Amino acid sequence: MNAVIALLSGLLFGLGLLLSGMNDPQKVRAFLDIFGNWQPELIAVMGSAVVVFFIAYRFSEGRTKPLFSATFHRPVLTAIDARLLIGAAMFGTGWGLVGLCPGPALVDLLSGHESILWFVAALLAGNRLAHYLVGPARTGNG
Amino acid sequence: MADEVIGGVLIGSAAALLWIGIGRISGMTGVTSSLFLLYERQRHWALWFVLGLILAWPMMQFAGLDTQIRITDNTGLLIAAGLLVGFGTYVSNGCTSGHGVCGMGRLSVRSLVATITFMAAGIVTVAVMNAMGVSL
Repeated sequence: MNAVIALLSGLLFGLGLLLSGMNDPQKVRAFLDIFGNWQPELIAVMGSAVVVFFIAYRFSEGRTKPLFSATFHRPVLTAIDARLLIGAAMFGTGWGLVGLCPGPALVDLLSGHESILWFVAALLAGNRLAHYLVGPARTGNG
Repeated sequence: MADEVIGGVLIGSAAALLWIGIGRISGMTGVTSSLFLLYERQRHWALWFVLGLILAWPMMQFAGLDTQIRITDNTGLLIAAGLLVGFGTYVSNGCTSGHGVCGMGRLSVRSLVATITFMAAGIVTVAVMNAMGVSL
């Protein structure tokens, strides 16, 4: 059942990214171009997604476990440290360079654009580089 | 604007389904990292999630809906951007989905700070590139 839920969720997530235009790198760059020819529409994607998830998360707080699994895997990190700020700044820089973040890059994998393949290969390499050079964030130490 | 709201509602619903259904956060960074840890059974859901994500494109085509993207073909820039995104999201434990949607939806201050930081960095990057006359 975990597999079915995950597959459906991934599919729904992907359709949302495609319908909203969030998967189009130039549209994303135009959204980030607030000092130029700003196209603010994409803020509605994050806004409506946050509201829906907020409601779902609130609902889950009254439950002891998810529908088809034993526990809610609640995120435990709360620290606002150098790791968070430097990592987010690096991510944002790469995001601005070509207009792709991880979800849209994966959604665009079968688009037939060679550019996506280069980006995803580098994304996976960057993920592993960070894993071996910096290591996973420790949990529970504030 | 309607497409953006509908798309966002679908994304939020997908995140809600994964959370209420199996208690997992639909963050693309965590999912990507999990693809390298599939020897751990509890991470297998991530593979199914990615499969669904990738199948969304052909499904849109099948439904006859137009899905065009506009992207640079500058390979050097794509590799630099991919490395920064992959490295940065791993180090900060999340991206637009994990921090931006789920984290903000949980009212996490850490995720709010991450989201403001990566949005600001993206805005500055685009502004600097425009100022330098770099067009994609």
